[in-house]
Amino acid sequence: MANERSRGPLNTDSPTSARATGERILLAHGGGGRMTQALVQELFLPALANPALATLSDSAILDALPPGRIALTTDAFVVDPPVFPGGDLGYLSVCGTVNDLAVAGAVPGALTWALVLEEGLEVELLKTFVRGAARAAAEAGVTIVAGDTKVVPRGKGDRAFVASAGLGVVPPGRDLGDHRVAPGDAVLVTGPVGDHGATVMACRHGLGGGGLASDCAPLSSLVEALLASGVEVHALHDPTRGGVATTCHEVASKSDTRVALEATAIPVRPQVRAVCELLGLDPLYVACEGRALAWVVERDAERALAAIAAHPLGNGAARIGRVEARRPHAAPVVLRTPFGTERPLDLLAGAELPRIC
Amino acid sequence: MNAAATFADPGAVRGLLARIVSAAGRLPRRVTLMEVCGTHTHAIAAAGLRRLLPPTVRLIAGPGCPVCVTPVGYVDRAEALSHRPGTIVATFGDLIRVPSSTGSLERARASGGDVRVVYSPRDALQIARANPDREVIFLGVGFETTVPTVAAALAEAEADHVANFLVLSGHKVMPPPLRALASDPDVKVDGFLLPGHVSVITGSDAFAFVAEELGMPAVVVGFTPTDVLRGVEALVERLARRHAEVVNLYTRVVTAEGNTTARMLVDRFFAPVDAVWRGLGAIPGSGLALRPDVAHRDAARIEVEVPEPVEPPGCRCGEVLKGTIDPPACPLFATTCTPTSAIGACMVSSEGTCAAWYRHERAQV
Amino acid sequence: MCLAVPMRLVERREALGVAELDDVRREVSLLLEPDARIGDYVLVHAGYAIAVVDEAEAEATLELLRQVAAAGGEA
Repeated sequence: MANERSRGPLNTDSPTSARATGERILLAHGGGGRMTQALVQELFLPALANPALATLSDSAILDALPPGRIALTTDAFVVDPPVFPGGDLGYLSVCGTVNDLAVAGAVPGALTWALVLEEGLEVELLKTFVRGAARAAAEAGVTIVAGDTKVVPRGKGDRAFVASAGLGVVPPGRDLGDHRVAPGDAVLVTGPVGDHGATVMACRHGLGGGGLASDCAPLSSLVEALLASGVEVHALHDPTRGGVATTCHEVASKSDTRVALEATAIPVRPQVRAVCELLGLDPLYVACEGRALAWVVERDAERALAAIAAHPLGNGAARIGRVEARRPHAAPVVLRTPFGTERPLDLLAGAELPRIC
Repeated sequence: MNAAATFADPGAVRGLLARIVSAAGRLPRRVTLMEVCGTHTHAIAAAGLRRLLPPTVRLIAGPGCPVCVTPVGYVDRAEALSHRPGTIVATFGDLIRVPSSTGSLERARASGGDVRVVYSPRDALQIARANPDREVIFLGVGFETTVPTVAAALAEAEADHVANFLVLSGHKVMPPPLRALASDPDVKVDGFLLPGHVSVITGSDAFAFVAEELGMPAVVVGFTPTDVLRGVEALVERLARRHAEVVNLYTRVVTAEGNTTARMLVDRFFAPVDAVWRGLGAIPGSGLALRPDVAHRDAARIEVEVPEPVEPPGCRCGEVLKGTIDPPACPLFATTCTPTSAIGACMVSSEGTCAAWYRHERAQV
Repeated sequence: MCLAVPMRLVERREALGVAELDDVRREVSLLLEPDARIGDYVLVHAGYAIAVVDEAEAEATLELLRQVAAAGGEA
């Protein structure tokens, strides 16, 4: 973790110091005045220390970017509970933004990190988010160069919301995207699916036990390892909300192809399967936050799997399906069951809910 | 015990299918088997089992989805209650998108109604404990499997004097619609796959009448692919022999007499009433209402303004529920009625016949 | 109707217990199966144990399935 910066001009015993306000965020913390400054100096800067952020200017001025095409992404993050096995809102938000850049083939560089906090939020919880964001940034090799904090009255926000933008560069010669997906491509996943969504749902519905943890992780180094191996990768996606099935739908739709997944090939950890069974969920529709789906040319499938599996985040990587030509009037995404039948995997109307029927 | 894997063993599935084909060869004509459990509909569709059966064995879904058969008026009342000051409506997730006359519980929540999804009636009771100044109304839908859990929550509320926990009962029971279906001239069913978890509570003896009075074979089966196929095999084999009997094939959890503790708890709080089944109309003695002596727990007694129920025009859910048509025969299916904009209840619940068909069977893969 | 999952009962305190499946644990009410014992497999529906799994019957069914698979389906 970054070294503690020396405290700013405000000492910890002053009434505006974050610690002295009795451990909860107040409306004044979002007012832009002394309390905001105290929050920034005592909480944000020490954890996220970097030269760009430390200037605390209205905009971060970055050095010239390396050659290539610029990638820019943004995401908003809400999660209940905000701290869960394997992560927290802060860690999740940085990973999510980093991963959006990584799957586009961009080397992530700079992130912004903006918070809307609910009056009454425990400062300790905020510190957890900040430490989580810092940890993710360090793991991903990115810097959080700009941020903002607003505070809304109690009852008008669910503890904390995060919005994050990410800037990266796609090196010259690299061209990932659904336009490159073609019939014959192999569909790979970098690890077991559904860990994040199952963990969060388990927390919400009183399911406990060891072994359940979000897969939340920054994927940039895994993606670079895969691309460096020389295999022909056509597209990458991170199956977040809606899970693998929803992501495959998006790709099939954009590339006008058909995706056929093999039920027996899809890795699901036993604990995740148990949570899904208990709540009536289908793991194929449950979010991952540290996995990527890769569309690679068929002849490179095995080599691609080896490259992924060689990376610490690629444990349990598997080939889960293939791309076929789109059939008119037929489902764009299908699942081959263990019994030799095929059934369509449709788009969900909304989020999966626990059911009893 | 990863029982799920072994009860879904592809080798056993293949073996059972071969037996079914062999038995079907001795059938005098094509037969129609009906399952009456939404969870069966889902399980069969998810494994693609229908497509594996020989053409002489037709497997259809009956009115087994408790959400689908919940009348519009019930959802209207639940919505109205959610807008009532000081009220929290707690519901299973299954009900949240069911279309009412004016919207749904999901939309009610978006426009300010306090609607909360729970996994268990006990969770609703916990909400009542945590909010003593509010009235928590639990939406009691479901068949015999679920009613005891609601009764148990009521028992706990009584024992702990949690006065602000009420139930709006939309519960229904299974044997009466089976009788109604069997005597309906439009419905041509030769045998039933009986709901395994309902039977856990009722006992397989409760369904003996299907053979004794209705003259049809029926099997109590579980929900894994091998359970369902063992049931299909048993029915086909008995139809080939023209032998009507009710067999329990889910012996690992179903007994002849069922769960008497659960039934006694249900009897303490609920009594049979006539009930309306969406799409099927009124079926005598097929519903459960809270007994008069627990009127203080009965949300049906709350005065609240409810719109005139509006059944969607053109909707053929009733015929789908009876198994007389497949979803594609309804003009609304996959045109104006889709999972994202469901008109009829059969499409809303993911176990509804139309939803299951749309998701798993629609496209010719 | 209805979703119910077999889980092993690992703890019990009067009418409440903890049931477990593949390391995932949940509190379950035993009001409907008051005689369930620790070590039993119980069928859990909506947070309640509604049946105790008869393991002998379960094993008998599995054995039948093994035979069916091995025979390849000869009637």
